[in-house]
Amino acid sequence: MPNKDKSTKFGSDRAPASSVVASVEVAKNEKDLGAMVAVSIDGNEIKVPFGTTILDAAKKLNIKIPTLCHHEDLKVAGVCRVCVVEVEGQRTLQAACAYPITSPMTIKTYSSKVRKARRHNLDLMLKHHVGECYSCFRNNNCELQSLAKEYGVDFYRFGHDTEPHHEIDRSSYSVVRDMNKCIQCRRCVRTCIDLQEVGVLEAVNRGPDLDIATFADMPLGEVVCINCGQCINRCPTGALRANDPSDEIWAAIEDPSKHVVIQTAPSPRAAIGECFGLPAGTSVTRELNTAMRRCGFDKVFDTNFTADLTIMEEATELLIRLKKALVDKEQVAFPQFTSCSPGWVKYLEHFYPEYIDCLSSCKSPQQMFGSIIKTWYAETAGIHPKDIVTVALMPCSAKKFECNRPEMQDSGYKDVDYGLTSRELAQMIQEAGLDLPNLPHSDFDDPIGEATGAGLIFGATGGVMEAALRTAVEIVTGVKTEKIFENLDIIPVRGFEGVKYMEIKVPAAGPVPPILSKALGGLKDFSFLKGATLKVAVAHGTANAKKIMEDIKAGGKFSECHFIEFMACPGGCLGGGGQPIPTSPEIREARTRAIYAEEKTLYSRKSHENPTIDRIYKEFLNDGPCGHKSHKLLHTHYIKRGNKIV
Amino acid sequence: MLASEREQLKAEINKMAKKFDYHRSGLIPVLQYVQNISRHISPESMQDIAEAFKIHPVEVQGVVSFYSFLSIERKGKFVVRLCRTISCDMAGKEAVANQLENELGIEFGETTDDGMFTLEFTNCLGMCDMGPAMLVNDDIHTRVTPEKVADIIDSYRNRFGAHVTHGEHA
Repeated sequence: MPNKDKSTKFGSDRAPASSVVASVEVAKNEKDLGAMVAVSIDGNEIKVPFGTTILDAAKKLNIKIPTLCHHEDLKVAGVCRVCVVEVEGQRTLQAACAYPITSPMTIKTYSSKVRKARRHNLDLMLKHHVGECYSCFRNNNCELQSLAKEYGVDFYRFGHDTEPHHEIDRSSYSVVRDMNKCIQCRRCVRTCIDLQEVGVLEAVNRGPDLDIATFADMPLGEVVCINCGQCINRCPTGALRANDPSDEIWAAIEDPSKHVVIQTAPSPRAAIGECFGLPAGTSVTRELNTAMRRCGFDKVFDTNFTADLTIMEEATELLIRLKKALVDKEQVAFPQFTSCSPGWVKYLEHFYPEYIDCLSSCKSPQQMFGSIIKTWYAETAGIHPKDIVTVALMPCSAKKFECNRPEMQDSGYKDVDYGLTSRELAQMIQEAGLDLPNLPHSDFDDPIGEATGAGLIFGATGGVMEAALRTAVEIVTGVKTEKIFENLDIIPVRGFEGVKYMEIKVPAAGPVPPILSKALGGLKDFSFLKGATLKVAVAHGTANAKKIMEDIKAGGKFSECHFIEFMACPGGCLGGGGQPIPTSPEIREARTRAIYAEEKTLYSRKSHENPTIDRIYKEFLNDGPCGHKSHKLLHTHYIKRGNKIV
Repeated sequence: MLASEREQLKAEINKMAKKFDYHRSGLIPVLQYVQNISRHISPESMQDIAEAFKIHPVEVQGVVSFYSFLSIERKGKFVVRLCRTISCDMAGKEAVANQLENELGIEFGETTDDGMFTLEFTNCLGMCDMGPAMLVNDDIHTRVTPEKVADIIDSYRNRFGAHVTHGEHA
């Protein structure tokens, strides 16, 4: 935004009226005069910092105020009026989530006036909430349903529509929108506009005609939606969901002529336990393997293997770009952007198509996996690729779109047949009658089950960068990465800061390993990089990606970067749009801890030390990383989509 | 709209947005301008406006659809807005409404085929002591009777013949 500084009061950032007008800055130093305000909530006294909302103050006292439109990741809206409370001296009830405490006050959270109002508001929402709980994927995990139970809704005071007033929008490969179930809390709007800054959904019209709509009411498949699915994770009801392919997958499993292979991404294993009542951050990798086998998948493979492969290809691509720029003095697009996140790829295609050359040509691990399965694996296992069905277990809704991109057929068949989210697999496991947490452990199948820790940490923001650095640093300097980064932990790229930046001095130059000599045109060693400073950055969430892109456009510090990792979802894949609902910063942090803890237990933590990687470059991709064969199977191209849709 | 017209309008939008320092508080004046010029705000214009203010087209649509005086569908050259609030209603708005429909051959919410008149209801115009009240573009007409309707409509028809280019209004 061009003139943020000039407009502090109303802000050029989009903000709902309530959060602009009513919010005040929370006092930072508790010792300042007037920084703390005494409040009494239901007779309990507490002092809170000036500007704290009633909701947050009540949380400190362990007093539960029900919420619906409120979400920890999002701006305040105050539209659902479920959190209303009585403030002494105020004529009307106030929304606790949007009311800042600026003077001592007495609050009642459960008077009969409050209870009645909440119940009425719920009844009004239920009037237009068309759809029944049995047939809803959010049954038992629906915020509206649990509030209705909490407030003892036993009849529909204002009636209950049964005829749908909207058609279900199934135009997108990733997201299904059923506006009949929408209660207009605007969480999806705030997710799309504020959190992700994509801007697909907004409230249009007014009063009783209000709708959550896309631009010009176009179907979701035709607008600038990047399929990240963050709106699904934040919808309190079943109005938004992912496009579920499990029926087709069951059919393939039951078809004896089909060989059904599932690849599992690193993030679902750290989260899927939540669907079975386990606390967030419980890793169930080996139980999950057993569950998938019992569901009937013929082979259970690990996407981390192709994550390792991605690192080999992407690091090589970076070295080729550096060589072209520094040795051959050619014009090359810099910085190089990662391309693992299909949400990010589509975001760039829509909003920054002029930077498409910066995007690594490497496919994402999911798609690399698909083409390897239908070529190398098919060959070695002696199965015709037409009989192989590849399913990808992903934390992601955009992966469904990605596997349906028309260019993703380099094996001669559709590389990945179905993208399956963590939630949908949890459903399949439940359908199969399996109790995931108590299943016996088992390992991945050979040969594509072997993966290093570098592949595993792809799931967290900064993971791709860390994995790439572990390999690239070792190749370039000829020194073991452990000698440069203690314990192989590259801390500056980890964590939940929106944008991370790091500089690495190249202290030494090693010889070019034989596997890369062809790709680097017979270069003997990396002396052209000695003493150079490698600049890298990491961003997660497209709002942060936008910050970096705008900085690059303006020629700022990020335009001098060499390599930037982008993930469309906040927190990286762990916070993906296909992960169990709900999501919050704490949940994402717990999942991240689980991934990094599991990583420490693996036999190797550097992609290039994966023996199967060695084998595949010897047996199959025998002209090396970024060679002819890998270009055909593992690399792709992108489309300049632009953001003009009419 | 011709491509050249669109370019012209886009240039004008950018000029206005600049006047407001590209701050989103300039959105309404720009929308009113576009509404005046082209009698509606097309999705194409919304995209151009969004680009000028660096916001999302769907946000512009949210604003356009919120206000009754901004519209996505193309309106007639003259928008006739008859007050439907209680005092005008009791002062005989129904008869005026019937006469308007008769005179123009359209129903409320519609636009005549020649693109001259759009008929709409509006809420209170603040002319409760002089009802029924009616707004034609920016002109207020009070104590309207069915007999007066033809004259009022004719006065607009005569003042602005078919040769008048759009953009001009009363």
